[in-house]
Amino acid sequence: MAYNDAYDLPIAVKLLVAGGFGVGKTTFVGAVSEIEPLTTEEVITEASAGVDSLDGVASKTTTTVAFDFGRISLSPSLVLYLFGTPGQNRFWFMWDELSTGALGAVVLADTRRLEACFDAVDFFERRGTKFVVAVNEFDGAFHYEPEEVRAALELKPHVPVTLCDARDPRSATSVLVCLVQYLLAASMTTS
Amino acid sequence: MTVSGDESWLDGDAGRLVRPYAVTNGRTTASLKLDLVSMVVATGNGSHSSLEPDHVQVLGMCLRPASVAEIAARLRLPAAVTKVLLSDLVDCGAVRAAAPRSETDATNRVLLERLLHGLQRRL
Repeated sequence: MAYNDAYDLPIAVKLLVAGGFGVGKTTFVGAVSEIEPLTTEEVITEASAGVDSLDGVASKTTTTVAFDFGRISLSPSLVLYLFGTPGQNRFWFMWDELSTGALGAVVLADTRRLEACFDAVDFFERRGTKFVVAVNEFDGAFHYEPEEVRAALELKPHVPVTLCDARDPRSATSVLVCLVQYLLAASMTTS
Repeated sequence: MTVSGDESWLDGDAGRLVRPYAVTNGRTTASLKLDLVSMVVATGNGSHSSLEPDHVQVLGMCLRPASVAEIAARLRLPAAVTKVLLSDLVDCGAVRAAAPRSETDATNRVLLERLLHGLQRRL
């Protein structure tokens, strides 16, 4: 009953923007979003590792994680939400919740510290979430070719690697186009 | 609950005076399956007699279609709390939620094509 007559509500789709801390995720989301990026928080409960456990009773800890997101209304019936994943490692367990239902992801990389995005690449590979790698070309960073980045990150040959300026709406939108083209091509080959 | 007209000494940084889960009577799970991008909209009817001030606030954010994440962010409520309040509103008929998307390959492909065209228009 609650779901009746919902046809006039727009379809909302979710893409993720991941990468190391300070790599420009919020900048990227802000560049393409039609609204000022919003921040929302989720309270996460997880079973703790139990290092302090004295009685063998599993204890639970709650953590509040905050993440930024933006919105692009592509038509009256289709809205795209872009979620920036929390950058700090200890919030990783949260990613599962965030990635549920996401069509795909952009992994932002900074060539000055490529290792910062290893974790994101690893996570999406294990989860089976399709992603593209976008190298955010910071001023003063040494320029690497996409193929050098691919080799350094040990990416599979089909994973697109592209260059971008996360501050530039056009450039950031191009990355999203690249991601959706990749998702579309992948959907053709799987059926 | 908040007392209207008595909030001038508070600024945004003070945060909420009421613990988040107090507004949901301690409930942490919504009766309805909602995720961060579930779209909701006010129906303009339903029984409002049992609504708490927080419900009214959430309802006010649904006058146009909005996602759970947006409502949570604008009201500075944790997403889980927002989901509980929204599902109460759906239960009483004041809010309608979009049906969960079917995830077949074919519908997914049509969706991806629409997404692609929409994005390309912005270049």
